[in-house]
Amino acid sequence: MTAETIIQSLASGLLMGLLYGLIAVGLALIFGLMDVVNFAHGEFLMIAMYATFFLFAFFAIDPLLAAPLVAAALFVFGAVVYLLVVRFAVRAKANAGMVQIFSTFGLAIVMRGLAQFFFTPDYRSIAHSWLGGKTISIHGIFLPVPQLVGALVSIAAFGALYFFINRTDFGRALEATREDAGAVALVGIDKNKVFALGWGLGAALVGLAGAVMAMFFYIYPDVGASFALIAYVTVALGGFGSVFGAFAGGIIVGLVEASTALLLPPSLKSVGIYAVYLLVVFIRPRGLFGSI
Amino acid sequence: MLSVHEVTTAYQGLVALSAVSIEVAKGEIVCVAGANGAGKSTLIKSIAGAERPRSGTVTFDGARIDGLSQHMITARGIAYVPENRRLFPRLSVRDNLRLGSYLYRSQSDREEPLNLVFQLFPRLSERLEQRAETLSGGEQQMLAIGRALMTRPRLLMLDEPSQGIMPKLVDEIFQAVKRIRDAGMTVLIVEQRIAECLEIADRAYILQTGRLQMQGTSAEIQGNPDVRKAYLGL
Repeated sequence: MTAETIIQSLASGLLMGLLYGLIAVGLALIFGLMDVVNFAHGEFLMIAMYATFFLFAFFAIDPLLAAPLVAAALFVFGAVVYLLVVRFAVRAKANAGMVQIFSTFGLAIVMRGLAQFFFTPDYRSIAHSWLGGKTISIHGIFLPVPQLVGALVSIAAFGALYFFINRTDFGRALEATREDAGAVALVGIDKNKVFALGWGLGAALVGLAGAVMAMFFYIYPDVGASFALIAYVTVALGGFGSVFGAFAGGIIVGLVEASTALLLPPSLKSVGIYAVYLLVVFIRPRGLFGSI
Repeated sequence: MLSVHEVTTAYQGLVALSAVSIEVAKGEIVCVAGANGAGKSTLIKSIAGAERPRSGTVTFDGARIDGLSQHMITARGIAYVPENRRLFPRLSVRDNLRLGSYLYRSQSDREEPLNLVFQLFPRLSERLEQRAETLSGGEQQMLAIGRALMTRPRLLMLDEPSQGIMPKLVDEIFQAVKRIRDAGMTVLIVEQRIAECLEIADRAYILQTGRLQMQGTSAEIQGNPDVRKAYLGL
């Protein structure tokens, strides 16, 4: 193993990790806001990828240009999911936890089933997008351009999110609702509106990730499952509910995955991630940046 | 200004408030007093929209507000400071106050009430960057009242502002209530400490086990022999 292979792996791992962070942040945001785990998070990613695919297939819109459209569409979708499903699930008088889990889990199954029915289980991919298949070389290290752009999109999205949460009125309302959703009415804030916008924002972020992923990954109805699993690990690692923990968690997951691939056969590449996850759960169950 | 008419509110079938009517006129300080469990908090929650009355009406400035969502009632101009204050504990004092002016967009609407808050409670201005949870009980109460004032209410409702606060600060808070009225607001206070409350109130209502037992001006209530015996320990 040469130094170059190691750097090459870590660089790819870092790029993938930033993307994992972007996939996971919506999950962390929604959990932090209202203590609800969105078990359909992977399916949100899946429909974002399909949306990107169809925009390309029917309208020849490149994924790069489609990304903001997909994010906007997912924003609406996320808000609607809150208003039509989650809003009622969290009102359950008995067994509230179970009702929440099964409502989003059920949504995931419905979404997957509909995708299989309407889009067929075929694997699809976007051929000949602007960036697809391109690589650039920096001092002999080859970086795939779609992943590189994805990493930049992720950094930009986290930067925008940081600004939004810390510098805007709505960001402050979001923080206040996280703290005590029952108290925001005292200052005239409608918590349902904040929740709906929170779901919209979380979905828009995973939508952005989906548009980027569609450039280099196969698109099929179950595609969300494996990425959702990684997203749960990322969020748990970073600290449940911590938006910026998801960023750090994503990078760690990406680097660990890449390092594992160097040492173990490719079929075992996920072992490292789950080992680190178990370690964190044993030593620091609230996650690296969790405050609970 | 505020008219509560025959309001009955129940929790899981248990009637906590039974056909209670009260009136609050503009510019008054009105005290609702009574022992623990008399239904004082239920009354104030029923006005604020935190509880839904089973029957009866609540009218504010001529419009019915019972049935409106709590945040809508805040937007109508009624600020409610609950018993447990419900601050945003991990946000700074500054952010808690800023959230109070969430409904307003213009700079002057946001800054004007802040001047009043700092005049009333100068110590808040020294603790702006501190997290709300690090404040003492009295300071938290001040912040809760301050946050409520930031919504620029016409009616301020306080639920047991003296609870869990050292006596010296209780007095400071009651003095602040008088100054809030002088600044043009109307105040409704619910209190167990009847004596102190009557000192600053124009009129008072006494609740007992969910029913209105007595009403009158503060002087009348203070002079009533039953009240003196039962509540004032005289």
